[in-house]
Amino acid sequence: MQPQCSLPIAVSALLACFAPLPAFAQNPPESGTARFAVVLDAAHGGSDSGAKLGNQAEKDLTLALSIRLRSLLGARGIAVVTTRESDTELDAEHRVEIADRAGAAACVELHAAPATANNPSSVHLFTSSLAPARDVRITPWQTAQSAWIARSNALAAVINSALTQAGITVTLGRAALPVLDSTACPAVAVELAPQSDSAQSAPGSSDKGFEAQVVEALAAALVEWRSDATQPEERRP
Amino acid sequence: MIPRHQTVLFVILLLASVTMGAVLWNQLRRAHEHLLRHQDSAPTQAPQIAPAEPATLMVANDADDSFRPRSLTLPLPQTSEARARALLGKLLDLYAAPDATHPVPGGAASIAQVFLMPIAADNGKNRASSPQMAVVNLTGTFAAGHPAGIETETLTILSICATLTANLPQITQVRFLVDGQPRATLAGHADLMHIYLAAEAAPGKGVLP
Repeated sequence: MQPQCSLPIAVSALLACFAPLPAFAQNPPESGTARFAVVLDAAHGGSDSGAKLGNQAEKDLTLALSIRLRSLLGARGIAVVTTRESDTELDAEHRVEIADRAGAAACVELHAAPATANNPSSVHLFTSSLAPARDVRITPWQTAQSAWIARSNALAAVINSALTQAGITVTLGRAALPVLDSTACPAVAVELAPQSDSAQSAPGSSDKGFEAQVVEALAAALVEWRSDATQPEERRP
Repeated sequence: MIPRHQTVLFVILLLASVTMGAVLWNQLRRAHEHLLRHQDSAPTQAPQIAPAEPATLMVANDADDSFRPRSLTLPLPQTSEARARALLGKLLDLYAAPDATHPVPGGAASIAQVFLMPIAADNGKNRASSPQMAVVNLTGTFAAGHPAGIETETLTILSICATLTANLPQITQVRFLVDGQPRATLAGHADLMHIYLAAEAAPGKGVLP
């Protein structure tokens, strides 16, 4: 009886050892795409609520946008690193550390603010206001983005194009933001400015359709960016 | 029957108590008068009437995310620091008005002080035209009441910088403090640890590139 029982176990163990090999053979890692990762930074969190959008805090909206965008990008085969997945408080240095360690091809900082009076829902796209630096071997932490200004502007142009094609009003700008200025990768800050519509929704509630539209456009832009940024030499400033 | 010596003692103690009460009351009144004399709330120096001068305020506009020059005639102090504070006070008064194009509460009282510091040592020569850094000390109330958002905070910061450089060309850098202390951001977004350069606040190079 003993030899009869050990034979199936041995066969199972043998199959188990070889089972992963066909999986590797069927799905080899694509060259280039393995290095492409996107960092999504949902701004604020914890005790830092950010702006008030009626009944919703900015921290909640940015987290929801980050999770939704992560799902869309994941479905398109893009690796995503998020700075937070829940209502946790992170300081700027920690966010930058996460982004820098990811070696990301794009960093998207998500913000939200109420639309100004008489203005429609829109998106504000910001790149760093730092002066571009070239041939920099060692960059100070607080101005690390200066070596990536050209690539960040290119990323902003791709996102602007995608948002505009989706029929979304976009304003481009430059700003001094602690996380953006310290990030060492192509980085943009995306600020949604949803206009609350009292006729269709509760006062102060954000426009879910607009948010979905923006997230879809951002996903399309980052897919487009992947096609531009998969060349290894282009990922360096 | 009360003994005579006890009656005399009672009267003496009663008189002493009344006298002490009167003395204390008098001293209290004199101390109060003395205190009031030293709390004279009248201005110690009559305000000087400064002549009205042309000035340019770079006023932010939320409608198109820009700031545009607005020429005004204002009575401005002679010293650069007081002049800078008066200009910024007028700018924030415009933002606090009901019909403001960039509504921000607070008004002129939001500017606690403006300090001007030389950037490069020039051995004391030509101090008026040498490059200077303006350190704008905002009140905590202003920062706490400022609307949160990258766009609105950046517009406020850059319009302050642009107004300073438009009227005081020697100012090439601007730093911000809140209640005399460095602060990370204005209202959660715009970096207040950043040294803003005059070139960043130039029209067409600020919020809208």
